[in-house]
Amino acid sequence: MTKSVSGELAGLQLPVERGCPFAPPDAYERLREQAPISKVRLTSGGEAWWVSGHEEGRAILADRRFSSDRRKDGFPLLNLDAAIQQQFRSQPQLMIGMDGAEHAAVRRPVIGEFTVKRLAALRPRIQDIVDHFIDDMLATDRRPVDLVQALSLPVPSLVICELLGVPYTDHDFFQSRTAVAVRRTSSSEDRRRALADLRAYIDDLVTRKESEPGDDLFGRQIARQRQQGALDHAGLVSLALLLLTAGHETTANMISLGVIGLLSHPEQLALVKADPGRTPMAVEELLRYFTITDTVTSRVATEDVEIGGVSIKAGEGVIVSSLSANWDPALFKNPAELDVERGARHHLAFGFGPHQCLGQNLARLELQIVFDTLFRRIPTLHLAAPAEGLPFKTDAVIYGVHELPVTW
Amino acid sequence: MMRINADTGLCVGSGQCVLTEPAVFDQDGDGIVVLLTDHPSDETEAQVRDAITLCPSRALSILQE
Ligand code: SF4
Repeated sequence: MTKSVSGELAGLQLPVERGCPFAPPDAYERLREQAPISKVRLTSGGEAWWVSGHEEGRAILADRRFSSDRRKDGFPLLNLDAAIQQQFRSQPQLMIGMDGAEHAAVRRPVIGEFTVKRLAALRPRIQDIVDHFIDDMLATDRRPVDLVQALSLPVPSLVICELLGVPYTDHDFFQSRTAVAVRRTSSSEDRRRALADLRAYIDDLVTRKESEPGDDLFGRQIARQRQQGALDHAGLVSLALLLLTAGHETTANMISLGVIGLLSHPEQLALVKADPGRTPMAVEELLRYFTITDTVTSRVATEDVEIGGVSIKAGEGVIVSSLSANWDPALFKNPAELDVERGARHHLAFGFGPHQCLGQNLARLELQIVFDTLFRRIPTLHLAAPAEGLPFKTDAVIYGVHELPVTW
Repeated sequence: MMRINADTGLCVGSGQCVLTEPAVFDQDGDGIVVLLTDHPSDETEAQVRDAITLCPSRALSILQE
């Protein structure tokens, strides 16, 4: 039985602000040193198990005795006020909140859209899109350029819109609503309204596609669901909402952070520039290093489970800190070192287990193409402000940066 | 010789196996794992082991060494 460190996280609002933008909060290391699994008290109420260890985290995420259902008692809902918690409990679950057969029934019909082969076929189109936005950057006389607006956001937005069959002309609308929904400082009223706006938009889109499906992901899903009948209209809306919102905010943040990470480690960037064959591994290392979706990988135990020398009781919440796991020196030596040659593919940045990110290979492809193209076409690219002073998203569930001034 | 098994019921279509060793693993049109061989060659063995640990759904296993 491990030492309880109850109270360690008390007073720290999750997500905990990072002291250094390039490292997890200091409290993470203290917790990991005490035990790979420790009990913590949450400011949002109650206690939960805090999982710091990579091995323990993987084991829990792959173990079907832990539930993703956010409505279950004991699920560690972080950082949300009572009204939002209530809304979470009453709303139809998104795929990420489902378990077992119910989850498989929704996920299985979609995974064929994200196979490695199918995505590889998108490569030329993604390359065109990236080139297009870099052309625009190079054509402007204005410097510095905010890379978030010029490249990080528009690339994944346009890619996901084309893939899903959403008119790109609407991207400002759902980008702004998504930003409000994930920002910690948004009032619960604003957040509720943003989510309702998004749902209404998607509802309308799905309704239109139900009468005229078209050859895009939503269209194909609607046709398929009609045959198989796993999802009704509301289910399709939830699926569409998840794919659209998950598909751009995350990748956009990783593009910006990846650029900052590489520009701040010139010797690492030089390695990547010298051989694009290294880019895929560099992408894995950047995913590990920044791990932008830290506590999304939370669960609640549905039975008593013995794991890592700890007995977790049915109904107890578990927060697998994927950031902490990805900085576990037991697996990643000198985790604070950005090392593009490390071979970091075992990171938990996309989660693990049956919920592992559906869009991970799309994200990989976009990141690889962006980094290769950006540094090849603008070899003198550099930050126009000190990295440490950039407006990092310490206030968001998904880590990132609000603005990224670059010049060349 | 190593023999492997893929449990298509467990597979969640993450494609980690295909990314790791395309000579042994593939995905069908619905994203589910397909074994191109269940007796991987010695040259691919290390990669196959890596694919087994990377598989998020624990769908891949070694039947015999
Ligand atoms: S890695 Fe596992 S879950 Fe992913 S496609 Fe291969 S067998 Fe399926």
